[in-house]
Amino acid sequence: MNFSDHRLLIANRGEIAVRIIHAAQALGIRTLAVCSEADKLSLPAMLADEVMVIGPARADQSYLRAELILEAAKQMNATAIHPGYGFLSENADFAQAVVDAGLIFVGPDANTIRQMGDKACARTTAQAAGVPVVPGSDGEIDSLEDAIAAAQTVGFPLLIKASAGGGGRGIRIARDANELAKEFIIAQSEAKAAFGSGAVYLERFIEKARHIEVQILGDGEHAIHLYERECSLQRRRQKVFEEAPSPALSATIREQLCQKAAKLAQALHYKGAGTLEFLYDDATEAFFFIEMNTRIQVEHPVTEAITGVDLVQWMIKVALGEPLSIQQDDITINGSAIEMRINAENPAKGFFPSPGRLTYLQWPLGEGIRIDTHLFDGYLIPPYYDSLLAKIIIHGQTRQQAFERAITALNETQIEGVLTTMPLHKALLQDPAIKAADFDTGTLEVWLPENLHKLIEKEKDDALTTH
Amino acid sequence: MATLDIISPLPGVFYRRPSPESEAFVNEGDQVENTTVIGLIEVMKQFSDLTADAQGTLIRFCVDDSEPVEPGQVVAIIEIQE
Repeated sequence: MNFSDHRLLIANRGEIAVRIIHAAQALGIRTLAVCSEADKLSLPAMLADEVMVIGPARADQSYLRAELILEAAKQMNATAIHPGYGFLSENADFAQAVVDAGLIFVGPDANTIRQMGDKACARTTAQAAGVPVVPGSDGEIDSLEDAIAAAQTVGFPLLIKASAGGGGRGIRIARDANELAKEFIIAQSEAKAAFGSGAVYLERFIEKARHIEVQILGDGEHAIHLYERECSLQRRRQKVFEEAPSPALSATIREQLCQKAAKLAQALHYKGAGTLEFLYDDATEAFFFIEMNTRIQVEHPVTEAITGVDLVQWMIKVALGEPLSIQQDDITINGSAIEMRINAENPAKGFFPSPGRLTYLQWPLGEGIRIDTHLFDGYLIPPYYDSLLAKIIIHGQTRQQAFERAITALNETQIEGVLTTMPLHKALLQDPAIKAADFDTGTLEVWLPENLHKLIEKEKDDALTTH
Repeated sequence: MATLDIISPLPGVFYRRPSPESEAFVNEGDQVENTTVIGLIEVMKQFSDLTADAQGTLIRFCVDDSEPVEPGQVVAIIEIQE
């Protein structure tokens, strides 16, 4: 198809805005950047064909203001809007408003965003498509007898959760029927005291879970999967280091997982790029759907590296009406890829943010190296947005080769003027347990305090932390 | 009377209240101690307390609530107790 009549507005900033501009320009589409006052001298503002300032620095007065973005779209004669990730990317009302304004939203339709953004609804939808979810009781449990009966199907260890709880509050663990008998009564009275309602339900507790997610891509008619990513290395529920494929899955489990994910995407008549997140239990080789993200993800490049598919270009193409011409059989895994998120944070001081001016910048060169970034020499990193500076993506024929190339690449990388999380990645790449893929979602929280001494950048002046 | 400037050590956004619905940490004219939190500085989505670091009366805020600040910028002025 010829897309040259299209004008794509990018409702985002930072590295993902640069990524989208590159993808659109490669398709011959004119790119329109919108930015805050603080981002006038940013890389997306310079790379885009046209740029418009929409508001002050704060995101809630600029990037998060749907009406300002729609007004800019009108003034700039945009035909389509790409939301990137974060900001308005999973806001169903925004997706609808874009369509109501006569424009194309690059992503699934508003109903799909709404449906899969609601956790209970997403769970029901997944179950209906035959995708396993974390086993739990059917609704609330009133008595101990009912709890013991429900535990037969939920399985131990299990969590007794207060229906009105959230964010980790109102949860008790029971490892067997005896503990359940004791804890259930406590959980009920605690829930009543804390939340005013004694309603509780049961859910299987997966102690050492990996976070594994499946990439999907659809055109509204047919949908495929592009295998999985392993994103278990997290700090405060933020992903730090991702890879594809997961080193933990057997070929058989991989096929099962990815086929189920594709089936769910198909059932949704999914349009665009999306991700189904699962918990995976090494011990039982069981996987459980937890939630869906109806947008492009930060870590999409590792999937692109092993499959050779340009996800961002495909998102744009299907949104503009081109049918997805890739078949499932076309997707194969080539080698292994890792992504290291380089943040402007000081890992030696509790990951405290480190905005400021870059005084020197040098990226690595060589086989299998990709850098997604909005940095340039002399750039003033503003303090108003998240701290992601760059993603260093390394591809190798094997996981070991990717790790080796990554060490060389990090040694060649120099980012000066601000502190970054590079020392963390250097330490992770050389850690025996990480190299052996022996980790789960809780590993990094334990690893960090034990390895704090490895995270101090010796060559850098401490004064940089305080500016 | 001697006065002391409270300076933001960080670039970011200054907030005078813990959440948009809350009361201000302190108001002009209030007595403050060394450890009194007078506001928050948000840097890259992380929040840090800004403390008075002096004993006296906070006589004036020089930055409005939810406004950007630069490192070294005077946020408030305290009249020191003799």
